[in-house]
Amino acid sequence: MSHLMGGFQGVLQRIGRSFLENIAVFGRGSLFILSLLSAVPSVLFRMDLLLKQIYIAGVLSLPIILMAGLFVGMVLSLQGYNILVEFNAEEAVGSMTALSLLRELGPVVGALLFAGRAGSALTAEIGLMRSTEQISALEMMAVDPLKFIYAPRFVAVIIALPLLVLIFNALGVFGGYLVSVSWLGVDSGAFWSQMSSQVDWQEDVMNGIIKSVVFGVLIAIIALFQGVNAIPSSEGVSSATTRTVVHSSLGILGLDFILTSIMFN
Amino acid sequence: MKKQTKVEIWVGAFVLMGFMALAYIAFQVSNFSDWKDRPTYEVSALFDNIGGLKERAPLKLSGVVIGRVDSIKIDPVSFKAKVNMQIDQAFNQLPIDSSVSILTSGLLGDQYVGLEPGGDEEVLQQGSEIEMTQSAMVLEELIGQFLVKFSESD
Repeated sequence: MSHLMGGFQGVLQRIGRSFLENIAVFGRGSLFILSLLSAVPSVLFRMDLLLKQIYIAGVLSLPIILMAGLFVGMVLSLQGYNILVEFNAEEAVGSMTALSLLRELGPVVGALLFAGRAGSALTAEIGLMRSTEQISALEMMAVDPLKFIYAPRFVAVIIALPLLVLIFNALGVFGGYLVSVSWLGVDSGAFWSQMSSQVDWQEDVMNGIIKSVVFGVLIAIIALFQGVNAIPSSEGVSSATTRTVVHSSLGILGLDFILTSIMFN
Repeated sequence: MKKQTKVEIWVGAFVLMGFMALAYIAFQVSNFSDWKDRPTYEVSALFDNIGGLKERAPLKLSGVVIGRVDSIKIDPVSFKAKVNMQIDQAFNQLPIDSSVSILTSGLLGDQYVGLEPGGDEEVLQQGSEIEMTQSAMVLEELIGQFLVKFSESD
């Protein structure tokens, strides 16, 4: 009997502990976001740090974004053409490609790639900085790591992602043009005119940009928080990096559904 | 210092690329060019039935887009559909006895408002109401009429 009671208490204890731990993580995360936001204005005084981070997050992510955008656009219009040609509506392939890119695929695929390329690097960098006690060294020298390390990276990610998504979209549309007009022989005039009559500047383009900004904030917060909270060992850093990619990917997909249901209803 | 310059050049090129992509999307892909605040004036028309007309549908004169449907409401007095349209100020010489009808582009296309100019000296201006309207053709009604005619002739 006492053995059973002990097992029951153990289960209860485990539930309680994980609940408290989750609440603690939530609280630490909220505090971290608040302190991050309060440090954002200080980025203005250190533009050189910001530029360097935009270079690392944005410029170095360009190749993968360029390639992915081109191929996503090409495959979209190829599939679209194969379906639309059955209804003799192959001119609509341009508007279909552009709308799916601008509304969904551009922001989502761009953000997923960015989380894998730049978010993971960010977590690993900060996790390693902590495990090699560089952050403590900065604090010893009275340099605030929040202003010097975290805030420039936070702002850089939020600036870089929307720009990358715009480039992704433009290249995707160009890839669609290549496949449908140059290869499959859709009329170029009909391709562009259908596209520009269907795609709305505010509804489609602006909402896509808003989505990419939201995803940028999400990735930046998750990547920095995981880096700061990584267990300072090589295993800890590697599992924090994995968590960054998994959590931001799931967050992007979930948020995308919520944003779409708000924007396009 | 040299490394910093390189970083700055790359970031500059990156930002420029981003804005070029935005310009490309705005002017080539979307309808940004006809979104510019061209001066417009608003006219309204009452329809018995608007069919599947939607807000932002084009208003066409001889097939050329001269304006857009701004809002569709129910007129509280006559219970008809009240369609407000914004017409480009460049077309401010339209006679006041013009008529509008709801048409369909192609067999399965979207519905739009077609404007047929009248002959009056007076012109449409801000707040005018177009008196002569023709409702959308509803396929079910057409079939119904056809069936009635068909059975009468028997």
